[in-house]
Amino acid sequence: MNLWLTMALAGLLTFLIRYSFIGAAGRITPPEWFRRMLRFVPIAALTALIWPDLLMPAGEWQLSFANPRLLAGLIAALVAWRSQNIFLTIAIGMGALWGLQWWL
Amino acid sequence: MNPLLDPPPPPTPATPSREFARGLVAVIPMLLGAVPFGLIYGALAVKAGISPLLAIAISSIVFAGSAQFMITKLVAAATPGLLIVLSVGVINLRHALYSAALAEKLAHLPLRWKVLLAYLLTDEAYAAALRRMQSEVHPESRHWFLFGCGFGLWSTWQLACIAGVLLGGHIPAAWSLDFAGTLTFIAIVVPLLKDRASTGAMLTAGVVSVAAFALPHKLFIIAAALAGMAAGVLLERLVRRTGLNA
Repeated sequence: MNLWLTMALAGLLTFLIRYSFIGAAGRITPPEWFRRMLRFVPIAALTALIWPDLLMPAGEWQLSFANPRLLAGLIAALVAWRSQNIFLTIAIGMGALWGLQWWL
Repeated sequence: MNPLLDPPPPPTPATPSREFARGLVAVIPMLLGAVPFGLIYGALAVKAGISPLLAIAISSIVFAGSAQFMITKLVAAATPGLLIVLSVGVINLRHALYSAALAEKLAHLPLRWKVLLAYLLTDEAYAAALRRMQSEVHPESRHWFLFGCGFGLWSTWQLACIAGVLLGGHIPAAWSLDFAGTLTFIAIVVPLLKDRASTGAMLTAGVVSVAAFALPHKLFIIAAALAGMAAGVLLERLVRRTGLNA
């Protein structure tokens, strides 16, 4: 498929998802199971992008303390948990990665 | 009206332009994360072989950081178009959550407002506007606040992505700037892990993502996201039935 067409469809789908309940404006109530599932969507979708980048940075398993992405990711997770602050998490996580890349 | 229980009215009248300006200010903290993310997206898009014009257009067509970040990886891996669209749909399904949360507050608006605000609905704008949207102080003008948040993020995002496309080739690989994308996701996910069901959803999605990593066309993203959602729903049901919770 042509990449422009692909992106047009991806954009249309994204808009329809964002418009869904706003457009229905109370006329459609989502089923109970669907509303329950929505809470887990950001967690599941973003974790699917996080773990491979930390554990398989070059496309291969690297479960070791010599893997700077894994260590920096764990440090960032700790910062996110304690501070709940997006900016601080990114700043300390990037700093940790650069420090570990230089040191390891 | 009880002055002790009701929140005080804003010090200045809630005119549309003031609410818009307040929305712009409220979204500023989110820009600190969005600017490096947009730069990285632009750089990765060019590196993946996406033409500069399309790379910039995607920022307005799709307008979603995590999905755009994923698109660069999928295009670099020569993923078929249909699977790219499907992956974007799964990753962006979370916006239905925000749409559902705001629907009641925007129900009275004309169609053009609903379309505009839906288009501008992102993680950042939602987070920045949520408190104002839930407030019942001057509810007739609060959509201008949401518009301010959405517009502030949208315009900054466009500039950051354009800068990333233009600078792309000059950013050294050793800076590992793509890691800022992963860090943004960590910063969003970790605060959401509030109970056993959400932690279980995270662990399931994580394990499936690395276990299914070798699947063709990066199908591990869809597999892991669906497995994580299913695990969350099942665990929540289990927790409710047994009465156990963290």
